Amino acid sequence: MRTTVEYKKIDYTTIVLYAAIVIFGWVNIYAACYNESHSAVFDFGVQHGRQLIWVFIAAFFALFIMFIEPRHISNLSYLIYGIAVFLLVLTLAVGKATNGGLSWIEVGSVKIQPSEFSKFATALALAKLVSGHDFDIKKKRSWWFIALLIGLPVGLIFLQHDVGSALVFLAFLIPFYRFGLTPLVFTVGIAAVVLFILSIAVTTKFWLIFALLVLIVLYLFVWIGRPTLKHYIYALVVFVGCTAFVISVDYMFGLLEEHQQNRVLVMLDPAHDPRGVGYNVTQSKIAIGSGGFSGKGFLRGTLTKANFVPEQETDFIFCTVGEEWGFVGGALLLLAYLWLLYRLVTMAERQASVFGKFYGYSVSAILFFHLVVNIGMVLGWMPVIGIPLPFFSYGGSSLLAFTVLLFIFIRQDASSTSLF
Amino acid sequence: MSDNYRNRSIIIRYVYIIAVVLLIVRLATIQLFNSKYAQLGDAQALRNVTLYPSRGYIYDRNENLIVYNEAVFDLMIVPNETLRYIGDGKYEEMNDTALLCRKLGISNEEYNERYKKACNYSHVAASIFMSQIPSEEYASWQGDLHKFKGFYVMRRTLRSYTKPVGAHLLGYVGEVSQKDMEADSYYKMGDYKGLSGLELYYEKQLRGIKGKQVMHVDVHSRTIGPYKNGMLDSVPVEGSNLYTSIDLDLQEYVEKLMANKRGAVVAIEPATGEVLAMMSAPTYDPNLLVGRKFSENYSRLHRDINKPLFNRAVLGTYPPGSTFKVAQALTALQLGVIGPGFGAVCTKNPVGCHNHPSAMSVQEGIKMSCNPYFYQVYRRVILQGKYHNEHEDSKYGLMLWHDYMLRFGFGQRLDIDLPSVMKGSIPDSSTYNYWYKNSWSFSNFYSNSIGQGEVLLVPLQMANLACCVANRGYYITPHIVRFLGNDSVKYRYPKYCEKHEVGIDKKYFDIAVAGMYDVVHTAGGTARKARVEGLDICGKTGTAENKANGIKRSDHSAFIAFAPRDNPKIALVVYVENAAGGGGSWAAPIAGLIIEKYLTGKVSRPEFESMYMNINPCQPVLPPKK
Repeated sequence: MRTTVEYKKIDYTTIVLYAAIVIFGWVNIYAACYNESHSAVFDFGVQHGRQLIWVFIAAFFALFIMFIEPRHISNLSYLIYGIAVFLLVLTLAVGKATNGGLSWIEVGSVKIQPSEFSKFATALALAKLVSGHDFDIKKKRSWWFIALLIGLPVGLIFLQHDVGSALVFLAFLIPFYRFGLTPLVFTVGIAAVVLFILSIAVTTKFWLIFALLVLIVLYLFVWIGRPTLKHYIYALVVFVGCTAFVISVDYMFGLLEEHQQNRVLVMLDPAHDPRGVGYNVTQSKIAIGSGGFSGKGFLRGTLTKANFVPEQETDFIFCTVGEEWGFVGGALLLLAYLWLLYRLVTMAERQASVFGKFYGYSVSAILFFHLVVNIGMVLGWMPVIGIPLPFFSYGGSSLLAFTVLLFIFIRQDASSTSLF
Repeated sequence: MSDNYRNRSIIIRYVYIIAVVLLIVRLATIQLFNSKYAQLGDAQALRNVTLYPSRGYIYDRNENLIVYNEAVFDLMIVPNETLRYIGDGKYEEMNDTALLCRKLGISNEEYNERYKKACNYSHVAASIFMSQIPSEEYASWQGDLHKFKGFYVMRRTLRSYTKPVGAHLLGYVGEVSQKDMEADSYYKMGDYKGLSGLELYYEKQLRGIKGKQVMHVDVHSRTIGPYKNGMLDSVPVEGSNLYTSIDLDLQEYVEKLMANKRGAVVAIEPATGEVLAMMSAPTYDPNLLVGRKFSENYSRLHRDINKPLFNRAVLGTYPPGSTFKVAQALTALQLGVIGPGFGAVCTKNPVGCHNHPSAMSVQEGIKMSCNPYFYQVYRRVILQGKYHNEHEDSKYGLMLWHDYMLRFGFGQRLDIDLPSVMKGSIPDSSTYNYWYKNSWSFSNFYSNSIGQGEVLLVPLQMANLACCVANRGYYITPHIVRFLGNDSVKYRYPKYCEKHEVGIDKKYFDIAVAGMYDVVHTAGGTARKARVEGLDICGKTGTAENKANGIKRSDHSAFIAFAPRDNPKIALVVYVENAAGGGGSWAAPIAGLIIEKYLTGKVSRPEFESMYMNINPCQPVLPPKK
């Protein structure tokens, strides 16, 4: 059976939002790199010129995907996944080191970052797995497969020292949650993160443990009222578990590399290491703060133009938005992302196939994770984890990978039978 | 597929919405509700280049230049720009340092030391490599400057003097202190300001208004270009000039006469209150407190036991001695407690006196400066018999007298245009209450009558007394600056046009003037040495007893005078510290020479002049107490 693209069913809202973000992103890369001697738009020696080429390549890929039969993509999922994993292995073998990580392969003069492509490849493979007729999320055997599919790329990316990209795979918790994963995972996860940060932040662990004890006692006698033996046992297990966790935090923290420890400490206190990791965050906040309500205007940013903010065209690109376009520009950009995320959930919900639905949620979850971590980092709320702002940051691999990720879903949606 | 988890779609949407809203709130707190970040941003990306205005010039009464500005150059260095990258993480020096050292006249070691100091400050920001290079020196290697990468010069101005005179009244300029910067945000680190004299009093007018240029700089402090095309820039406004009433030639002459002595001279044009010359001896060359040698010279002058930095003319409080008697006679005549024909036998008691015939009128009393005579005059002023109780009677008289003294400008700060002036001392009942607990009377303070006791004046007040007599009844607050402004606009302070009436009739002043004429011109007068052929100088001597550290010292020699007798052009005081021989022997002849020089423009008696110019009559000061 051969279907053609059904133009009326293409979700143009998503495409327009995508295009708007890409164009605004390029404008800001241009502003971040701008100086009088490099004002030409088509100067391929500078970043904004190179990014323009990548925008056209991405557009070409987007168009190409729109002409592929979605069935083929679904069928090729494992193959694509396999290629992605192979590329990751290849990176470890011949990769180039940048910023203490080994995440680049050089092909001629073009550098590509396979970890970016592994995200949609994994999304495809997981969607394929979940849509299989013998898959049941409640069976242990299914979890072995899931763990394998996620663990393989995550492990390889960890070996490249690219912790940020590895953490992105946490985003798959969202589609799994939609498909029945128990929310207990999130409760335990959030509790662990909170306990971890508290353990580092407080000096005497005794009071933390004491507070835990008080909370558990309150839970038993105020919340439950008349606890049974089962409650007592649960409470004891939780308490012992938490105490062990708190005590072992120092050891776990010690396992992190020094620059990673610094990033966590800087998040807790920006004054820690103000010239090192703290410098990025402080400068980033200064640049954004100086934009005020309406910003300094296009190409008028004094701080981004003067290279005060490191990595300002890649991970810290939002600084340029904040400085030159102000609160108005920054908030509108965030609302555009929110609109896109919301739209993607709506589209995912109307998918008839499990594959489409799972893949749709994966797309929205990966974009959401990137958005929150990147903006949170720039605004000083998250540790400095170098992951790009989707469709926006400078970087060809990231733009192309996100475009492919999104357009596979748009294509899938265009030929899916609507539930509504 | 059965879908039991449809409601989770809603939860996921909520999570997305809440997360993005939280990020927007965070964005708002940084951008809208916290001005700290915006300020920090401007501070590091913009550099204000200050454009210094030229400090106002100072002229004398004939528009001769006294103080002007001279350009000097600070050689600046940016250490990193002197280096060239030669690969492999190594840098090499680009400049021919040996040539540079030769040009600057420094050794290689000194070069390295200065270079290291600059590096300690910053590798990428400019700092001073060598400061205040005179323009001639700079001109000799200006052409080679382009050969030295990372070096450039910044122009500054320093004060310069046409003649090495007037140090105390002109004052000096120096770098602002932390306190100055806190008190006035106009000043920034390294700025200059007036620290004493006219330079301080007229600081706001002299300094002008700084201009600024806002430059956009990058993270390495390198200039990118003007910010907003110079929209925020402003041009500097030059400082006002001071057109003083000083006669530069007279000032120079006075300083020559007073060289190697201790004391003060203040000469005023009585009709206008304009100061013609003011000097405090010992003085110093104002060029010493300029430029690179400032601190070295300052500390040397500061340690000198003769206190050359101390402006005795307005800060030195001295007993006026017999010069004060003129004011006593005038007060008594006005109060009606004596008549012009009041006479008193010289009993040399209870105040001592020199040998002379008894004074039989006020005119004779002034001429011969009889101490018992003025004891009697003062007694009549203080004890008027209004009360039976002598204490009450003394109190009444003292209060009346105190009021008259203040009218002459004694016991109060004369509002001259200098930053610090002493008010001297004219005692009132609170002074004696403090000492004698309400049981005092005339017998406790009669020595005030002859300008001793609790009476202390600064030389400026003594000169002002001469003005009051010269004007026959009023004075105009003494001032040094006649006009402020520039060639096209000049203005003056109204307070320096007001007459201050003493409140004593002109007919009494005529008597005092007659007495002062006799002091110089008739046999038995105390200041015959002040006489100059053809000039009708009127004056009054003073010989003031004094102590230092409780030890009696040689008398101070004082003389107040004015000339000519009618329509006086100059009134002055000459005060020489610890010059044995009294008012007539040192202060009077010096005053005569000054008046002659001013009124005739020449000196008719060169041997007489050189004698008083070269001899130092002053008893050396006591070393400071350990």
